Amino acid sequence: MRRLSGSGPTPGWGHETPHEEGAAILSVNELELSYPSRRALDRISFELGKGEQVAVVGPNGAGKSTLFKVIAGVMKATGGRVTIGGHGPVEHICIAYIPQRNQIDWSFPVTVSDVVMMGRAGRLGWLRRPRRLDQERVRECLDLVGLSDLAGRRIAELSGGEQQRMFIARALAQEAELMLMDEVLAGCDWRAEKEIFRILERLRSRRVTIMMATHDLDQAAAHFDRIMLLNRRLIGMGRPEAVFTPENLRETYGSHLRLVQTDTGLMILSDTCCEGGEHSDNG
Amino acid sequence: MIEILIEPLHYPFMIRGFLAAIMVGVVCGIVGTFVVLRGMAFFGDALAHAVLPGVAAGYLVAGGVRSVLFWWALGTAVLVSMAIGAVSRAARIKEDTAIGIIFVGMFALGIAMISATRNYAVDLIHFLFGDVLGVSWSDLSLILVFGGMILGVIFILFKELVILSFDQTLAQTLRLPTKRLYYTLLILIATTVVISMQTVGVALMLSMLITPPATAYLLARRLPVMILWAAVLGAVSGVIGLYMSFYFGIASGAAIVLVCTAFFVVVLMIKQLRAIGVIGKSFPRAPDSE
Repeated sequence: MRRLSGSGPTPGWGHETPHEEGAAILSVNELELSYPSRRALDRISFELGKGEQVAVVGPNGAGKSTLFKVIAGVMKATGGRVTIGGHGPVEHICIAYIPQRNQIDWSFPVTVSDVVMMGRAGRLGWLRRPRRLDQERVRECLDLVGLSDLAGRRIAELSGGEQQRMFIARALAQEAELMLMDEVLAGCDWRAEKEIFRILERLRSRRVTIMMATHDLDQAAAHFDRIMLLNRRLIGMGRPEAVFTPENLRETYGSHLRLVQTDTGLMILSDTCCEGGEHSDNG
Repeated sequence: MIEILIEPLHYPFMIRGFLAAIMVGVVCGIVGTFVVLRGMAFFGDALAHAVLPGVAAGYLVAGGVRSVLFWWALGTAVLVSMAIGAVSRAARIKEDTAIGIIFVGMFALGIAMISATRNYAVDLIHFLFGDVLGVSWSDLSLILVFGGMILGVIFILFKELVILSFDQTLAQTLRLPTKRLYYTLLILIATTVVISMQTVGVALMLSMLITPPATAYLLARRLPVMILWAAVLGAVSGVIGLYMSFYFGIASGAAIVLVCTAFFVVVLMIKQLRAIGVIGKSFPRAPDSE
């Protein structure tokens, strides 16, 4: 009873379909998600190469989380197609979605290593309990994000940055090849941010592909291979200097953004963060 | 002292009562841990009340044969838990509204049906508040079999149920069959409600499901320890409650629930006093406590 649903469209719990030779790690084609009243994602197409790190930038309600959830196979699109290594998302367990912090019940009675072990569960499947190999794997992952000392700590006692690193460790334990990080920098101080970018460099050497939703245009420009400007449709995607044009930014942020031309260059004033309590800190 | 403890054991109905209370306490504590962690208390309460028409129907059909009541109750509980899920999806209303509609509607139907019988008041009180001292050996064997099955399923699906309860998105990206697991959990809760019905009755059921796990939550740092505490507290409350019922002539279901509640209040107070420094760290504390 390792697999419940056999060889249907969803191969099920713990099943990873091998990637096709030469297929992009992530390919999104004419993706569309419409609700009766509005369109959340509008004909989005792009491709990511293995090991690429991309920042997804756009105002609140631009569809960043929605896009991630569709790519992860958690939400269904109403049109278009997402493939991971040549196959649909639900045939993979190599996609990790790193949640926004306020989506998690931090009072849940589990420790840091318990949470990271949950990432192993997909590799275990039904009925099997973690073995020594899995324990070791969890330790390695905690080590890689610098949380070894906090392995036995209850998750309620973590700082914002530690919480995010724990989820990155869980994604590593899951052996994720594509990590979708939803606002992981929200609620982090500069030191925690630095630590996360150091981890991203380590992930780069492991050729883990990363998409990170962020509000911080400076960080996006400094640390990522490519930037995606998203506001329900894909406004631009490419190197920071090519994408951050006044036209693109105005189109992405609309009235939320003020562009000021000064002697030293273009100055951008934005007030996009924390509207509607999207990033309210969770105690 | 010993005599006080042994005296009730001279009566077979007390022995059966103790066995029922212990088994129900353990099963409720373990299943209730998931109810508490997932915030499904209202659902559990609703389910307990909504079983009433099933019990009444069984009662009218079989004229008091207990084991028949059990099957009617079980069928109703499973149906109701599925219906709550379906109604909230189909009618596009919030889940707690859907639960409320079905809950009170079913409860009223049950009262209406029972009110048609001759000794209305006696029967209704029996169903509402339980009668653990009236448990028969065949009742006990049903509790044992179904309680064992519930614990078996939880043991087998433990890691999956924990993931589903903690982070549904993770469960989905690991391609767990989340819907089927969710409905499995609902059926586990429904079955627990039915086997506990005779011990505490539908009106007091919620306490058995949530109070020992809530107390356990205060005592434990990790889920396995919390579950253990919840099971122990559930069983111990059952036993102490029955003693109180025996010596003070209190209704057994109410006595059990009062003991559960007392445990919670005492643990909460000790925690609060320790937090503000009234009780020192040397105060005896559970090895795993915060």
